Formats: sequence, C-alpha cells, structure tokens
Amino acid sequence: MFTTPLRRWLAFAPAYMWLILFAFVPLVIMLGFSFLSDVPFGRREPYLTFDNYASFFERALYQRLLGNSLGIAAWTTIGCLIIGYPLALVLARVIKGRWQAALFLLMIVPFWSSSLIRIYAWVSVLQRGGVIAQALGLFGIEIESLLYTYSSIIVGLVHAFLPYMVLTVYVAIDRIDRAYFEAAASLGAHPWRTFVKILFPLSLPGVLSGIILVFIPAVGAFVEPRLLGGPQGQTLGTVIEDLFVESFNWTLGAALSFVMLVVVLLLLVGVVILTRLRSRQT
Amino acid sequence: MKSLKIPAYVFLALALFFIYAPIAVMMLMGFNQSRINQFPFEFDLVWFEALLHNERLLQGTGNSLLIAATSSVIATAVGTLAALAMRGIRRRTRAFLNLLLIPPITIPWLILAVALLLMFFWLRVDRSLLTLMLGHVTLQIPYTVLIVSTQYVTISSNYEDAAASLGASPFRIFGWVILPLIIPSVVAAFAFSFAISFDNFVVSYFLAPSGFSTLPVEIYTAIRTGFTPEINAVSTIVFFASILLVLPAARYLRFNF
Repeated sequence: MFTTPLRRWLAFAPAYMWLILFAFVPLVIMLGFSFLSDVPFGRREPYLTFDNYASFFERALYQRLLGNSLGIAAWTTIGCLIIGYPLALVLARVIKGRWQAALFLLMIVPFWSSSLIRIYAWVSVLQRGGVIAQALGLFGIEIESLLYTYSSIIVGLVHAFLPYMVLTVYVAIDRIDRAYFEAAASLGAHPWRTFVKILFPLSLPGVLSGIILVFIPAVGAFVEPRLLGGPQGQTLGTVIEDLFVESFNWTLGAALSFVMLVVVLLLLVGVVILTRLRSRQT
Repeated sequence: MKSLKIPAYVFLALALFFIYAPIAVMMLMGFNQSRINQFPFEFDLVWFEALLHNERLLQGTGNSLLIAATSSVIATAVGTLAALAMRGIRRRTRAFLNLLLIPPITIPWLILAVALLLMFFWLRVDRSLLTLMLGHVTLQIPYTVLIVSTQYVTISSNYEDAAASLGASPFRIFGWVILPLIIPSVVAAFAFSFAISFDNFVVSYFLAPSGFSTLPVEIYTAIRTGFTPEINAVSTIVFFASILLVLPAARYLRFNF
C-alpha cells in the first residue's frame, strides 16, 4: 500500500500531528502556565513562581478535595466491578445465541445517548418528592430527598461508566479458550472451582483495563458531583471548573489540573508495572 | 452450570432494571403533564409541544448533530489513513505509536479541555465552532486509529500484494481491495466517534463560543437553574433515534440476531 517510507509517514502525519498539536502541546503549555503568577495575556505582568503548587500543598482544602475525587473514583470503580463483572460473566458464559447479541446491545445502547440526559433522569428519580420518594411513600415510608448525597454521586457515575467495565471484562472472558472449561468439566471440577482456578485469573487483564477506563476518568469527573452531589459534591474537578469558569484564576487551575494529571499517571504506571510483574510470573 | 442459571437471570434482570429504570422514568415524564417530574401519570403531549417552541434546546440539538457528524467524518478519515500505515512497520515503532494514543483516551477530559482553552487564549484564537471541532476530533482520533488498525492487521496482505503486482495504483488498491475488507471497522469507528462527540459535554462547555451551545451544555444549564420538562421530551426522541441508528449498524457489523 505504501511504497516508500515517506508516503507511509505522510499517512501517519495527519492523525499524529493532530494529537501532538491539540493534546500534547496544550498539556505542555498548561504545565508552563502553572508556574506563572498570572496568565501572559492578562493585565498584570507574570513572573515565575511556585505559589500555585505551594497553595495546593499548604491548603488542607485542596488536599481534601483530591482525596474526595479519589474516593469517589474508587467507589465508582468498586460499584462498576460489583455490577459489571457478574454481568459480563452472565453475558459471556450463560446466555447463548441471538439473545447474547441482543442483550449485549441493550447494555451499550444507553451509552449512545448523552450522559447528561442520564444525569437529568437520575435527578428526577432521586429528587425530593421524586419517583423513588413517591414509591416509598406508598408503603408509608417518608424520606427526604435522595439527591445531593455521596451515594447519589456514586450511583450516577456507576450508571455512566458501567458499559466500559462490562465491555472490557466481556471481551476478556470471551477470549478464553473453551477447551479449558471442557477439560475442567471432564476432570470433574465443580463450576465454582473452574471459576476460581481458570476463568477469574484469565479474565484479570480485562478487569484491569476496565478499572483504568473507569477509575481515571472518574477522578476528573465534575458534572455528576456537581449536579447529583450539590454541596456534598466538592471535588478537585469542580474546583478546577470554578477556577476556569467563575474566578478566572487560570494559573492555579492549571497547577491543580497538573496535580490531578500526575496522580492519575502515577496510578496508571502502577497498574502497568503490576500487570508486567504478573505476566512475568506466569 | 445449570444450577447457576436462575441466579444468573435474576442478576441480569436486576442489572437491566438499574440501567433502564431512570431512562424509562424519563420517557414517562416526557409524556406526563407534571411540571416537576412527578407521578401521577396523566398522558399529555405538552412537553413535546413546548419543545417545538424551545429555540435554545432545538438549536443545541442541531449543533450537537452538526458537530458530531463533521468531527466524526474528519476523525474517521484521518484515523483510517494512519491505521493503514500501521502494517509493515517495526513492532517497536507500532508499540510506540499505539502508546501515544493512550493518554488522550485515559487523561480526564476536563484536563485536556482546559489545556486547549489555555492554548487558544494564549495564541489569541477566539473560541469558535472551529476550536470546538478541533477538540472533538482530538478525542475521537485515538479510537478511530485503534478500531480500524485492529481489524486491518488481521487481514492478509496477499490481496493488496496481488492487486499491486497486477499494476493497480494505491488509490485503486484502497478503493477496490482494502476498503471493502475493512468497511465494518470503518463504520464502527464512525459510530463510536459520533457517540463520543454527541455525548461530549466537557470539551463543548469549555471551548464553545459564547452564545453557542450543544444539547449536553443546554441540559447542564437547565439542571443548574431548575426544571425544564422539555428535556424529557427531547431525550426521549434522542434515545429512540440512537436505537434506530445503532440497530442497523449492529446488524451490519455482524452481531448475529
């Protein structure tokens, strides 16, 4: 297809130049801005400073917000695993034939509609006097609003990220050679033993990529915490949004974004090293 | 595994309930007269009527569709081109090129969006439809490259070699030999890009010019300022439209059903 190396590189160029110009370069520029006192296009003359990072390390508020973001992301990931893993397992190993394809589509169709639409749906389900409160009221149980709680944030995020977990785990389970299960069954292994000894360990790569695809974006989530969490939903993400949209302290916003990025990358590298170690063992 | 069938079905039903219950409620509320999304249910089409007069919401939906369509075409074309070049290069180079695709996928979109905002401000580029589109395509490219190259590398190179040895030009080889073989992944890449863009809130929120908004941005402002039941109506339409689009695509991509 590509007869000369030059032609091949020309084919790569549009996609990779695009990513470099509009993903990697902006990140580098943002890193630079995070060491400035003011943005270079403002009224005041900027100078080099570590103040933005200092205020992260000095103010307990920001550290608490980072902790909050990580906590929300962790609970979201756990929620997605608890619902998503068995779901992927059932889809891959119990359901057969045309039902498998149909149910698989049912899982991913909501993903094709807007996530903001789904958040709006949760608001009207959880609100004071909302559908759940009304339903419980029929049984004589009176509750206040379920909205603006920690759990409402998690529920919204799990709902948003569940398809990623189901997809990656499903693919991993589906890839396992059927011969293993037949061998285990013919040797008289209990299904539970087959699961513990064969299926689960072989599905771990899918679980890991699912965790990455859920946890990392969830650390940066600010829409669900803001709309479903109300005052409870202060995260590093919502503060970064405020700094850029409302208080226009962009250099501090850049620094906080970078703290988040570094934390996320460290976690990512940790996971990669972990998988390397595992694959070396086996 | 027979003994496990019943718990498996029960779990499946519960999970589907979790996924679809809020969406079902939203649809019901679209047809319900209640102003604050409450039961009792009284069938009414007021919100669909109101939607017809809600210029902002209609405009936002139109903008979302326009941006999703345009950016997906660009990302699919650019991504397919790069995917085609993935064959016949050294393993290490390919691993490196694949690695470059990971950060834009995994880094929280919030960070990418504010970084782009800073860059455009610094370069004194006004926020416009163009900057918005640039942002959306950046999010889509990694997926289109990955989706198309995954299928392309599994196809034997014999076909294109044969065509080349018979004197076909690269364009002819692409149009007559490669494209028919990889078209399922190209369609999948387009569908996926469309979903990413149509769903995207963060990048549109930070990069849209003032006075211009997309459906997700409109919903965000609406939730923050109070209830707009027309959202239920427009969401119902969007949901059914996406099912109508996904089903034929899935059929085409050989999900057998």
